[in-house]
Amino acid sequence: MTALTESQAPASPLARLAGIVPATLAWLKNLVANILPPLVALTVLLGVWQLLCMGTGASLPAPSKVVTDTWTLIVNPFFDNGGTDKGLFWHLFASLKRVAIGFSLAAVGGILLGVLIGQSSLAYRGLDPIFQVLRTVPPLAWLPISLAAFRNADPSAIFVIFITAVWPIILNTAVGIRQIPQDYRNVARVMRLTGPEYFFKIMLPATVPYMFTGLRIGIGLSWLAIVAAEMLIGGVGIGFFIWDAWNSSLMSEIILALIYVGIVGFMLDRLIGLLAARVSGPRARS
Amino acid sequence: MTAYLSLENVGMEFTRGKDRSVVLKDVGLKIDRGEFISIIGHSGCGKSTVLNVVAGLLRCTTGGVLLENREVDSPGPDRAVVFQNHSLLPWLTVYDNVRLGVDKVFGRTKSREERHEWTLRNLSLVHMDHAVRKYPEEISGGMKQRVGIARALAMEPKVLLMDEPFGALDALTRAHLQDSLMEIQTALGNTVIMITHDVDEAVLLSDRIVMMTNGPAATIGQVLEVPLKRPRRRLELAEDPTYTHCRGEVLRFLYERHRHAEAA
Repeated sequence: MTALTESQAPASPLARLAGIVPATLAWLKNLVANILPPLVALTVLLGVWQLLCMGTGASLPAPSKVVTDTWTLIVNPFFDNGGTDKGLFWHLFASLKRVAIGFSLAAVGGILLGVLIGQSSLAYRGLDPIFQVLRTVPPLAWLPISLAAFRNADPSAIFVIFITAVWPIILNTAVGIRQIPQDYRNVARVMRLTGPEYFFKIMLPATVPYMFTGLRIGIGLSWLAIVAAEMLIGGVGIGFFIWDAWNSSLMSEIILALIYVGIVGFMLDRLIGLLAARVSGPRARS
Repeated sequence: MTAYLSLENVGMEFTRGKDRSVVLKDVGLKIDRGEFISIIGHSGCGKSTVLNVVAGLLRCTTGGVLLENREVDSPGPDRAVVFQNHSLLPWLTVYDNVRLGVDKVFGRTKSREERHEWTLRNLSLVHMDHAVRKYPEEISGGMKQRVGIARALAMEPKVLLMDEPFGALDALTRAHLQDSLMEIQTALGNTVIMITHDVDEAVLLSDRIVMMTNGPAATIGQVLEVPLKRPRRRLELAEDPTYTHCRGEVLRFLYERHRHAEAA
């Protein structure tokens, strides 16, 4: 007993240290391997941009000029001077709020309609051709109609989001349901699962990966559509901010806003991706 | 005396537009309680159709199936099926796959605790106690099929239907599962109908082997009794004259009298 502790005591800190060093090294190596390539690519890109736009006659500002022009906006995203004169955070927040409402409605409606046309071949034959035509209508083409119907800017923008995001959700959910293997249906029949039991125990888990594919495409499209819709409807929102900056010829502000729009879109996509991974887990694969 | 399970002049026709194809014709069979029946025949002869009719997954166009004198007209847990490709739900653990059926069948008659015990008991019957918390993708093909058998057994079926249950497994795993199945059948005395295309499997496991003619309009060509005593051990049987004789009979039926048209 004592011999054991004696022989272990001096060995353990050393052993631990010996374990930490290669582990840290491996972690660093991994970090470098993942961070370095995009960093290099970004630097090269910015360098080329800087070189191209450095001249006095350049129509677009170079990155260095963008940063100096918009420094007040970058360091001060939360100011609010009333009206549309707000910090970028508030513009992004307003856009995100519209997307959140429109996209949630699209998710609920899209999944319900998808389940309907996936389950019933009659509904599929009736509705699928209509959906196939409607889904090719560009989002902004809906804006005049929704403005006429709602007579109000905000619900119109939300409707545009809804109608943009709903198609991929419907179609992917329907495909998911039609892909449920006959074997699973047979299992349900042999067990005599009731309708709701079948829905929750078999249909939903089997379709979740497809639903999330639809949701992921949908959120991307909503974010594309909201910027365009806001340019037209005005008010607070990142789309209007860009349009306003264009009207005042503030190119640097437009570029800053574009970068923000890109980052937020990327984060939305990742958010749905993470959610999908959480919900379906690694077991969704058959 | 009426049989426990009887197939009466079962016929099956599919019509697609103007095309009519007769798959089964006049399939008649009486099965006693506790009997182990295998159905053997060349692929495409309608073996699986027979099984699906008994399961209630397909409705026959003529004739009918009676189980304890009641007509079979829809699928149900009293005729649990072990599917060829196991058909475990990938988002449920091994335990939950079995539990789903247990809850459905015994939801009213057994308490939560009893259902839990029953699920575990059936999993240990197929020697899967060690993997109850695993997901189907984490276990081997043979283990998945064991779980599939446990799921079917746990529903306490009157007839256990097996559709080429070991067809997709390698020879060694298949032998293990056949031994397990014999062990279980000895213990529980289930009535079993098994589809197979493996002659040795049929002779080893069955009380009677039903041999089917080739389609179209396939029917039962011959029924062979296997008068081997149980428990059967594959090693001792290898040189047993009765075994060799039965095996020969089945082979003769399949390869002499009803050779597969395409194979000829």
